[in-house]
Amino acid sequence: MPDTLVALYVFVLACFIGYFVIWGVTPSLHTPLVALTNAISGIVIVGALLVTGLESAGSFAEITGFFAVLLASINVFGGFLVTNRMLAMFRKKNK
Amino acid sequence: MQISSNVQALAYLVSAVLFIFSLKGLTHPATARRGNFLGMIGMAVAVVATLLGSEVESYGFIIAGVLVGGLIGVVLAMRIQMTAMPQLVAALHSFVGLAAVLVAVGTFLNKMEAGQLNAVLMGELSAGAIIGAITFTGSVIAFGKLQGLISGKPVKFAMQHQLNAAIALVTIALGVHFAMSGSIFSLALMILLALVLGVTLIIPIGGADMPVIISMLNSYSGWAAAATGFTLHNNLLIIVGALVGFSGAILSYIMCKAMNRSIINVVFGGFGSDSGGAPSAGAAAMEKGIRSASVDDAVYWMEDANRVIVVPGYGMAVAQAQHSLKELMELLEERGVEVRFGVHPVAGRMPGHMNVLLAEADIPYDHVLEMEEINPDFASTDVTLVVGANDVVNPAAKDDASSPIYGMPILEAGRSKQVYFLKRSMNPGYSGVDNLLFYKDNTSLIFGDAKETIEGMVSALKGSGH
Repeated sequence: MPDTLVALYVFVLACFIGYFVIWGVTPSLHTPLVALTNAISGIVIVGALLVTGLESAGSFAEITGFFAVLLASINVFGGFLVTNRMLAMFRKKNK
Repeated sequence: MQISSNVQALAYLVSAVLFIFSLKGLTHPATARRGNFLGMIGMAVAVVATLLGSEVESYGFIIAGVLVGGLIGVVLAMRIQMTAMPQLVAALHSFVGLAAVLVAVGTFLNKMEAGQLNAVLMGELSAGAIIGAITFTGSVIAFGKLQGLISGKPVKFAMQHQLNAAIALVTIALGVHFAMSGSIFSLALMILLALVLGVTLIIPIGGADMPVIISMLNSYSGWAAAATGFTLHNNLLIIVGALVGFSGAILSYIMCKAMNRSIINVVFGGFGSDSGGAPSAGAAAMEKGIRSASVDDAVYWMEDANRVIVVPGYGMAVAQAQHSLKELMELLEERGVEVRFGVHPVAGRMPGHMNVLLAEADIPYDHVLEMEEINPDFASTDVTLVVGANDVVNPAAKDDASSPIYGMPILEAGRSKQVYFLKRSMNPGYSGVDNLLFYKDNTSLIFGDAKETIEGMVSALKGSGH
């Protein structure tokens, strides 16, 4: 099976996982959900690292990669921290 | 230290599982923080595994990028006000989109250098760049609308949808041409057109539909990550992209359902958010035969009530009234009144917006109920206090088949014995639809800034002694 087809298998199966997991999320946490998925989609940082870290990368590719790393880092750090800040506020009575 | 590609693949698998558990944690507030923490570990595993792999050999730009980006992220996350959460989210979506475009361009440059370009790779690369570019400019427009930099009104013109379809077709055609020929010119023009498309797709959507826009762009940012995964043959990116993409898609569906509209209807532009000229509130109210009440009237009824339900809306966020509401809740509870909050799914500017603001004011989450949970209780409720909400309690949605919001599920505030509307003026809600609840016998309006009105209630309650 060619790589692209394997990738398609993974993609479709992951969609099903996403479908079932997300329906379980309580509506009161939908804002933290958006913020958390935001942080998680910062996973494009992996792509950015691969572009930037390549030994043979030309300087234009390096600059492009640098900005990609920078932007994805904002997402990762900002996303997880702000989610944590929000979730810390959700309390039951008589804390 | 360097790890083999097999070890790296296993680390990515661990990371993917951690992300799934992370999202699963949000099933309940009690497990949510742990979930977020698992997500952080998942991200750390992914980044470390990538850095230790054989493909990453130079670190200078990486360290600089992570340091600067991380610092910006930390400052943003710490400083942002909870009411401005929708703007932050829109900004973060735009960063993911732009990062995906940059990764696509960078990958192209590196592969071209190495002579490893092929049609499949360039096709995948085009998909990543197009989705990323649409996410980027679409989110920038959403940010502008939320921040008030751009009017929230839907921008509409003749042949708009045909134009969008034409741009989309040309963009895809350029992508195909690029995949076949490897022409940099096609790649650049394709990205440029996709950037334009992001703008033209979002401008016809009205400010009132922000919760849907945010959810949709959330979804796009996921698909952009997934497409990047296809380009790089990286299963982790594909899995995570699919999770995020579906999360946003499901949220969009929930938001549309809560407005009884199809996603097509929302995407192709809907309600205006024209607040027009505001007539003097009191005078307009007199004309229409609406009762206005004083703060003391409302306090009089609430004090002796058994049950009070507060229905918050975007107006509460604008007035920052959540903290005074908490004080009001405590004073009433001291008098044995049961106070709860009823939240409509589309209240506010993003999914779950109200819940976060109430949590910020330290209102326990078990006092905050969803629409389906609280609707049966309105009939046995003495006083409903509507704070900065409008359309979500409008009975026209149930009774008036000619109303644009007909069929939208509402909070049935009108069934309680007394309804007090805290309103700044007689302007209709975002849908521009007149609220039939205003004319009911059991409804009174209290004009003024929501925060000041509630503070007035608080001091009246304090003054009346225990």
